[in-house]
Amino acid sequence: MEIDKLILTIVTFTPALGALVLLLLSRKDTKAIRGLALAVAVVTFLLSLHLIAHFDSTKPGFQFLIDVPWVASAGIDYHMGIDGISVYLILLATILTPLAILASWSISDRAKEYFIFMLLLETGMIGVFAALDLFLFYLFWEVMLIPMYFLIGVWGGERRIYAAMKFVLFTMIGGVLMLIAILALYFMHGNATGQFTFSYPTILAALTDKMLLLTPQEELLLFLAFFLAFAIKVPLFPFHTWLPDAHVEAPTAGSVLLAGVLLKMGTYGLLRFSLPLFPNMSHLLGPLISILAIVGIIYGALVAMVQPDMKKLVAYSSVSHLGFIVLGIFSFTAEGVEGAVYQMLNHGVSTGALFLLVGMIYERRHTRLIADFGGIANRMPVYAAVFLFVTLSSIGLPGLNGFVGEFLVLLGTFGVNPAHAAFAATGVILSAVYMLWMFQRVIWGEVTNSHNESLIDINGRERLTLLPLMILIVWMGVYSNHFLRPMDTSVANLLSRVQASQGNDVRTAVRVPR
Amino acid sequence: MNIPQVDLYSILPVIVLSVFGIAIMVIEPFLSSKTRAGTSALGWLAFAGTLVAGAAIVPMHSRSGQAYSGLWIVDEYSTFFHVLFVLIASMTTLLSIDYLRREKMNHAEYYALLLFATAGMLVMAGSNELMMIFIGLEVLSIGTYVMAGFRRTDLRSNESALKYFLLGSFASAFFLYGVALIFGATGSTNLISIAAAMSRPDIQPGLVYLSAALLLVALCFKVAVAPFHIWAPDVYEGAPTPITGFMSVGPKAAGFAVLFRIFITAYPMIQDRWSDIMGVLAALTMILGNVIAIVQPNLKRMLAYSSIAHAGYITVAFAANNQQGGSAALFYTLAYAAMNLGAFAIVTLLGRERDEKTKLTDYAGLAWKRPGLAALLSLFLLSLAGVPGTAGFAGKFFIFRSAVQANHTGLAIIGVLTTVVSFYYYLYVIVQMYMREPGEDFSDARVTPALVLALLVATTGTVYLGILPGKLLEWTSASALHLLN
Repeated sequence: MEIDKLILTIVTFTPALGALVLLLLSRKDTKAIRGLALAVAVVTFLLSLHLIAHFDSTKPGFQFLIDVPWVASAGIDYHMGIDGISVYLILLATILTPLAILASWSISDRAKEYFIFMLLLETGMIGVFAALDLFLFYLFWEVMLIPMYFLIGVWGGERRIYAAMKFVLFTMIGGVLMLIAILALYFMHGNATGQFTFSYPTILAALTDKMLLLTPQEELLLFLAFFLAFAIKVPLFPFHTWLPDAHVEAPTAGSVLLAGVLLKMGTYGLLRFSLPLFPNMSHLLGPLISILAIVGIIYGALVAMVQPDMKKLVAYSSVSHLGFIVLGIFSFTAEGVEGAVYQMLNHGVSTGALFLLVGMIYERRHTRLIADFGGIANRMPVYAAVFLFVTLSSIGLPGLNGFVGEFLVLLGTFGVNPAHAAFAATGVILSAVYMLWMFQRVIWGEVTNSHNESLIDINGRERLTLLPLMILIVWMGVYSNHFLRPMDTSVANLLSRVQASQGNDVRTAVRVPR
Repeated sequence: MNIPQVDLYSILPVIVLSVFGIAIMVIEPFLSSKTRAGTSALGWLAFAGTLVAGAAIVPMHSRSGQAYSGLWIVDEYSTFFHVLFVLIASMTTLLSIDYLRREKMNHAEYYALLLFATAGMLVMAGSNELMMIFIGLEVLSIGTYVMAGFRRTDLRSNESALKYFLLGSFASAFFLYGVALIFGATGSTNLISIAAAMSRPDIQPGLVYLSAALLLVALCFKVAVAPFHIWAPDVYEGAPTPITGFMSVGPKAAGFAVLFRIFITAYPMIQDRWSDIMGVLAALTMILGNVIAIVQPNLKRMLAYSSIAHAGYITVAFAANNQQGGSAALFYTLAYAAMNLGAFAIVTLLGRERDEKTKLTDYAGLAWKRPGLAALLSLFLLSLAGVPGTAGFAGKFFIFRSAVQANHTGLAIIGVLTTVVSFYYYLYVIVQMYMREPGEDFSDARVTPALVLALLVATTGTVYLGILPGKLLEWTSASALHLLN
């Protein structure tokens, strides 16, 4: 099937192509520019539906493979493919991008550049999740920084330059060490097997077949180099300091994509590369990393609680939520990992929606301070209802998406280490505290600030932006099997490689009837 | 095949450059002073000269051998550098055409000197003999000294020329002393005879080491590797901008070409120490160049420090001391030429009258007045920083790959971490262009056909080598292999 070979390339590069076309439009024609940008993003989304529609969830390996030599003399291939985990992350990116573009409708200042960077960012995001060649992966990983740098730096808030620079430099430091690790892996594999290649499946196969043996010291160093890159991106406590700055200064759409997709690259990297490539060190250091994750969960929640700025509150809540994901990954159980992947999607949807909501009210009032609001429900009833709905999803109300992910993560963790699960569970409680408290102060009560008297409720475009996310929140909460089953095989496959090195079968925390 | 003893074909590119240089000087007096000031014909003539010289190199591709009793060598390695130097010369000519008219110093000597200096670089890369190399080095240096001071009425330009001349003469003296010592030790200045003499039992290792050290210092000075880099920032800042661009890529590449050839061919006995020495120099250069570049308020000066840093990266490849390292170094010289000359093309244009607008703050808001120029300069800067998908990244990637292969992982780590530092100052220019409000409208920066052509070449090179580096890598790999055998 020709189309199956090309579809990943098409989905990845359609936005970049759209950006090229945008380049040709006159900068004065803002309407045409944003219309075209939206159209390109929607088309990309529709194209990406092909991936999920034709995805064969019974196959354990990568699908929609394309593998052609790129720089043959250096062993670099253009090698892409997806499994049951990455297919969802690509969909997350293709869903959130059009919504982010819709949320940027009021951007009129330098709109052409803005939408060009948006679309380039989308190409980078999809590419990271689709790349199977380590060189290609690194390329997308770094290239994606540049559009985000511009989005924060040009269209951001007051301290945007500081935030943009910090974002790039933090991510770079982790990234370049990963590059050295990739090179080291390349030579170790080449020297052991005679085949010099950056192909991830090939190197992984050599590691699992014991063709390539790493000494514990080598494995430790390689693991740490990869881990640092991913931990900064996640961001795992204590590497999180760039995140609040970047979030607060970024424009709404930037925050949506940053929280929704970019942070997932870190957790995706842990899952895709760290665990399978370095299973021994993952196991050895897993408990330590889990503790960092738990510290992040509680610390993020506590700091979020005292934030006066809504956006900063949501940013710190991300630190807390991402801690859950890392905890799930390092439980090494099917439930924990599936919960982690589910939570990646949930966080993208719910936090994306939260950033959109904060952005909408910021656009009206040009402030995000909780103290400036109160009684918004009286003026914006629809907004208040949606806000409540998303808040409940974010704190994990049963029946909505957040619950499923958190439950699975806690279930997986409990089977391995009940104490970890107990501490992490306090994060669930704390999230209810900070989210509901913010909700109460912003939405309920009497209108105390006279500036809020004249607020207008959200319009049709804004409702359209939120609607898809609300549908997903319910859908993922009620019919979680629609999303979980297709990833079963991939998660089991991934864990089997991890467990094989430990000499036992896939651990299941608790037998859950399926 | 063997090239006959007197083989004009093998030195044809040098002859072409010299003839065009002389012709330009001869033609000038026949022009009236009015036409002379306004014309760009001389510049285009020089450009044509570089093209003809380039055409003269083409037949060398399939040949290899020595000529003139072993003084001159034609191999893949020399051919690669000849192509590179001619490319650099043609780009510099394109940058100079409008610059000279704008600065009202449209004199034929400028182009003639540029062509002579280029001929000097060709001689350096094609010589198999230390005295010949020295002649090439001097032809190059003297031309560059004069060009650096070409803005006679500008104090900065005078300072630049004088500093370069004084320190450059010192380096030349070191080089000559090194040549004298090795001649004393081996009785020859021919690289291959020197290598052969090394195995004689009566050789004095002290003399050999001392000569090697002197040659190394002299060449490190030429390529501005720390701690011999002190001259570079002042010289680069004061020289006419196109010449700064030329100096940062041309003489640097020529110095590296010679450095590699001398030490690989003539000094097999210090092979095992070479790697460590180059490693230390590389680490020092990368750290100093990148860290000091951060605090530069002037773009030309910042690019001078960045050029020191890039010399450090190339030195990493030499420290790796394997075929991949040699290949990566050659790749990098070409990639660096493309992106750096691209950046200098825009800096030249935006320098305006008397090169005055070269401060970083002069670039504020450029993106919203001249989006095309800002986008291109961003591309070149991101490539210099090493963003994947650009020539700069491909080059750095191959360099660090060779370092990891040679078990110089520590050096590679220093390299990538200093790269992160460099991101800061390159991105800071982008901050100025995109994230500050414009202070002026830049309407007096006029884009001309020569500049468009130069930018087109630089952009194509930067993007092409970034996305499809395979072809060039094969060539540089073959060239490096040729030298190592």
